[in-house]
Amino acid sequence: MSDLTSPMSLAGAGGARRPRLSRWREPSILPGFGLSIGVTLAYLGLIVVLPLIALAVRPWEIGLSGIWRTLTEDRVAAALELSFSLSAYAALVNAPRGVLIAWVLVRYEFPGRRLLDALVDLPFALPTAVAGIALTAIYAPNGPLGSLAAQVGIKTAYSPLGIFIALVFIGLPFVVRALEPVMQDLDREVEEAAQTLGASDLQRVAHVILPTLAPALISGVTMAFARAVGEYGSVVFIAGNMPLKTEIAPLLIVIKLEQYNYAAAAAVGLAMVVISFGALILINTVQLLLARRGRR
Amino acid sequence: MTNPFANLKPSRRHVLAAAAGGSALIGAPALLAGAAEAADPLTLLNVSYDPTRELYKEINAAYAAYWKSKTGQPITINQSHGGSGKQARSVIDGLQADVVTLALAADIDEIASRAKLLPANWQSRLPNNSTPYTSTIIFLVRKGNPWKIKDWPDLIKPGVGVITANPKTSGGARWSYLAAYAYGLKKGGEAYARDYITKLFKNVPVLDTGARGATTTFAQRRIGDVLLSWENEAYLTIDEFGPNFEIVYPSSSILAEPPVALVDKNVDRHKTRKLAEGYLNFLYSPIAQDIIGKHHFRPTNAQAAAKYASSFKQIPLVTVNDTFGGWTKAQATHFADGGVFDKIYKPS
Repeated sequence: MSDLTSPMSLAGAGGARRPRLSRWREPSILPGFGLSIGVTLAYLGLIVVLPLIALAVRPWEIGLSGIWRTLTEDRVAAALELSFSLSAYAALVNAPRGVLIAWVLVRYEFPGRRLLDALVDLPFALPTAVAGIALTAIYAPNGPLGSLAAQVGIKTAYSPLGIFIALVFIGLPFVVRALEPVMQDLDREVEEAAQTLGASDLQRVAHVILPTLAPALISGVTMAFARAVGEYGSVVFIAGNMPLKTEIAPLLIVIKLEQYNYAAAAAVGLAMVVISFGALILINTVQLLLARRGRR
Repeated sequence: MTNPFANLKPSRRHVLAAAAGGSALIGAPALLAGAAEAADPLTLLNVSYDPTRELYKEINAAYAAYWKSKTGQPITINQSHGGSGKQARSVIDGLQADVVTLALAADIDEIASRAKLLPANWQSRLPNNSTPYTSTIIFLVRKGNPWKIKDWPDLIKPGVGVITANPKTSGGARWSYLAAYAYGLKKGGEAYARDYITKLFKNVPVLDTGARGATTTFAQRRIGDVLLSWENEAYLTIDEFGPNFEIVYPSSSILAEPPVALVDKNVDRHKTRKLAEGYLNFLYSPIAQDIIGKHHFRPTNAQAAAKYASSFKQIPLVTVNDTFGGWTKAQATHFADGGVFDKIYKPS
């Protein structure tokens, strides 16, 4: 793949750039740009920006040193590391599984396909607490899967592995649902053209299908990651919540709140937002580069 | 996870008032709440902690009947349950509680000091430090007591799994922690107690956020060998799961005093002061005290206490005031960030 990447991205960087002016007020035949952008900004401001500002203002009560002290506490640092690393692993593990499941659901016709399709949505629809309790019941040392794992000496529930399982569970639909529409639109003729030009099956997957899916896959994985970082309901049941070992960052926020330590709770929350936002920007940039490459 | 609104029957006033509390940004629901008040029948909201769900259900029915017979007015009493600290925070943030009945005085102190909804001397307004009943912390073990757990020293034996909730988030777990610590203090002073509590928490495989969660972990997930439990929860678990468990009374424990209080600012706003005061006084009445005993809490009324004396084992109980210098001090020393509890988990 690397032999293809470099010339393409170079060409993409030069070719896709358009005059700056046309970015603002895209010409459109539909009227109402002013009104709709106004409503959009007001709505986003009220629903998204205002709470974020409230969150960003709160920690300063304890000052920069207070925030730093909070974030470098052993427990806070360990919880942040645990939350972000496990969320990333879970999202990455969901990527190949999500591609496979979406592929099966889109490309093949078989009895029960619609049922299977609906099942994918279940982690979306299930209240997270219910998911957490169900997963715990299965993976607890006395549960059907947990007892099997225990026999070979693997601890599932009440360990980081348990948290990972819960995060994989809740993240899966994001990846599948992001991929499905793109897969449905995949032009079969392009694949057939590749085949007539002598591409092997592997080459078709690697050079035709996967590059087309990449932006959707990345956005699905990103959403799964973002969701996993903030996930609370299902994880607290299966985590065991041991300080420094299986305490996730959202739980630590709740613990700080229980102690009426609003500022410290907001500091942890702010740190999570900043890290998540940084990750999202990074991923969006990668996606943009890929999209440009795709456009050429 | 317990939702503070879970047991709240939808009385219009309280739903609106709670909505107003939840969304401080929007003033309109608060105005609506005021307008709806006059038309509604008398309602009272009792914001309580986890293990009192069944108790207050019965007391509320008794009080409603009593009030009706005295005044002819029908009343509705709503109850809200959850972890004690979480409940206190909801009241501070605007949940319109007329009375609070929480797991420990420290949580009501927070309501008094942070939201100023009631005077700081609230605890002296009702008999027995505003505590209509007491309870304690005991052990629940599996049938046959395979680890032969009889007393506090047995909890730190290597291999014993001890289940308790996180004292930072659970009122009941704070009582458990202090009961264990008090044993350590009596046995060998401060240094011994620290060492003891550290060893004890090394044996804790799962830290739930609430007492009910810990009971579930122990009883249904079958994790651990001994549960540090509210006395009434232990009996409730036996009632529910029968012969799978046994109750063990340690040689000593702590006198848990879950206090009750009127939330002055809220009752004045709702014009429910008389009803709420009557409710709290009713908790000390022979009828309520009998219900309290029936639900495995320890009544303070002499007659009811005598009636139920045989159902509780009498063991020496230390108090927070005598052993730890009061809740404020205990809270700051043990449970605040960087306190003794946090040091347990410091990697060494």
